[in-house]
Amino acid sequence: MPFTPTPARPAPISQMGVIGWLRKNLFSNIPNTLLSLVALYVVWQVLSSVISWAFINADWVGSSRADCTSDGACWVFVSVRLNQFIYGFYPAEARWRPNLAFALLVGFLIWLAVPRIPYKKLGGILALTAFPVAAYFLLYGGAFGLPVVPTSRWGGLLLTIVLAVIGIVLAMPIGIALALGRRSNMPAVRLVCTIFIEFWRGVPLITILFMASVMLPLFFAEGVSIDRLIRALIGITLFQSAYMAEVVRGGLQALGKGQYEAADALGLSYWQKMNLIILPQALKIMIPGIVNTTISLWKDTSLVVIIGLLEVLGQVRQALADPNWLGFPAEGYIFAALTFWVFCFSMSRFSQYLERRLDTGHKN
Amino acid sequence: MTTNEKTEYNGPAIEIKGMNKWYGDFHVLKDINLEVARGERIVICGPSGSGKSTLIRCINRLEEHQEGDIIVDGMPLINDLKKINAIRKEVGMVFQHFNLFPHLTVLENCSLAPIWVKKMPKKEAEAIGMKFLERVKIPEQAHKYPGQLSGGQQQRVAIARSLCMSPRIMLFDEPTSALDPEMISEVLDVMVELAQEGMTMLCVTHEMGFAKKVADRVIFMDGGEIVEQNEPNEFFNNPQEERTRLFLSQILGH
Ligand SMILES: Nc1ncnc2c1ncn2[C@@H]1O[C@H](COP(=O)(O)OP(=O)(O)OP(=O)(O)O)[C@@H](O)[C@H]1O
Ligand SMILES: [Mg+2]
Repeated sequence: MPFTPTPARPAPISQMGVIGWLRKNLFSNIPNTLLSLVALYVVWQVLSSVISWAFINADWVGSSRADCTSDGACWVFVSVRLNQFIYGFYPAEARWRPNLAFALLVGFLIWLAVPRIPYKKLGGILALTAFPVAAYFLLYGGAFGLPVVPTSRWGGLLLTIVLAVIGIVLAMPIGIALALGRRSNMPAVRLVCTIFIEFWRGVPLITILFMASVMLPLFFAEGVSIDRLIRALIGITLFQSAYMAEVVRGGLQALGKGQYEAADALGLSYWQKMNLIILPQALKIMIPGIVNTTISLWKDTSLVVIIGLLEVLGQVRQALADPNWLGFPAEGYIFAALTFWVFCFSMSRFSQYLERRLDTGHKN
Repeated sequence: MTTNEKTEYNGPAIEIKGMNKWYGDFHVLKDINLEVARGERIVICGPSGSGKSTLIRCINRLEEHQEGDIIVDGMPLINDLKKINAIRKEVGMVFQHFNLFPHLTVLENCSLAPIWVKKMPKKEAEAIGMKFLERVKIPEQAHKYPGQLSGGQQQRVAIARSLCMSPRIMLFDEPTSALDPEMISEVLDVMVELAQEGMTMLCVTHEMGFAKKVADRVIFMDGGEIVEQNEPNEFFNNPQEERTRLFLSQILGH
């Protein structure tokens, strides 16, 4: 008689699904059950009070602190100041300019990141040439009938984005150059790059910003004043490029020497080898590292407060010091934290998406 | 020397005279003298660490030698990037671990060097790529990535990639030793075909069947020296040196 296996019976309900999982992980024996119950009670207590403070008992609409009557969160504080948190003291009638610049930035990112959209090369070239020019005139003005908005009026989220995006975009090529220099065969180049990287990496950003504001002017003739924003950007770029260089170096080292040898053996020149073979692969390996330093730079931009620039967190703190609005630090800091979190979390997800998309099935 | 003279050059494909190489204090290659005629097929064998890889890697300057002369296709190998790249254009190399570019498709792997080194139009380079992928019998894999191929297929792509530069000399460094046994023959078949077409080949391998079939000369290295060289029949049946006999008994014994 031929052997016919009886079909496997489905697992009993109590062993699968949510109930099965709960039973297996939380209630497998008496001590575990007790611990689970205590933990659930604590979580419930914390969550319910947070929810009732932040949502149920909160005040959402109004225009002054008198509108905050309940004992929950006073979100009026945030909604009244929202424009300041986003734009700083950027003139209200010109706010469409940063909005448009930001829309362009997002547009270019989508163009470059979504595989289905064609003309990637054109998009890349425009993003690196036309976009910076457009963004400059939109934000700063001074041409095409756009009145100048001095950088001293920029602030809030706008300033955070400007500092972080420019810092990262400039630090990328400098970091790559430094990393290649550090691995160069020429001892002088190697030495210079190593010293540069180790110097900037060894100094906290806050001191660099301070030096940029105090010491940079000493290098220039009297009367020549450099914009505070530019000073901050110089400091941030140097700092970030040192970190980027180390990320790039890690990526280069992770690549086997077989790739270098294969490129050499085919007769590719040094720059061809780097641009066509090594960097595309190294950059893929480096995505998590790049995103990591980008996220920390994003948060570090709040340090520019030391030279008197107020990004999101700076604006929040300034608003908190307003005598009319004393007593809402939790609302202010939660708003700032959420703003940072939304951007940093999106970057983190984006990097995971990129890694998956660039995977060609080869573990090198 | 102009390109014209080079293509007309008909002296030996490779001349190595009194070549020595050290890694620090370690003397890896000791007074190597070797002349390879055009169209000659040479198999190099020897125990692990005897310097076989180092020797063939000196020929296209993946390793630098310290003493003696290496002349490839009439061009002396000196410390000059232009000269080195001119030599590398004429010398193809196949590695033990394939070293394909994992971020490029199979066809892109093949057309890359013709496009960038030979400045060939993309269409033409791709046509050449397809031609050689057909020669190694995997044209249908052209648009896959190397990571999606088997080891044997990858090694055949690596051979095609080298051939796309129309090299006059091919170097092979243990091309089958990283492969599963059932894939060795598909790679060896391609190499045999290449040998029969008259390619000058230097092959580090322990595939003695291949040596017997196509080699004009077998070279045995040990301790950084060329210990013995002979045409395959004599080499296998009548080795002169004790060290050769010991080595042969080890690799043929099982
Ligand atoms: N970069 C290096 N630095 C120092 N020593 C090296 C280096 N590369 C190789 N060697 C040494 O030189 C010797 C010859 O190495 P080589 O790779 O040429 O041997 P091989 O004959 O190809 O051996 P195998 O059969 O294991 O591939 C070995 O002893 C090796 O340890
Ligand atoms: Mg070897």
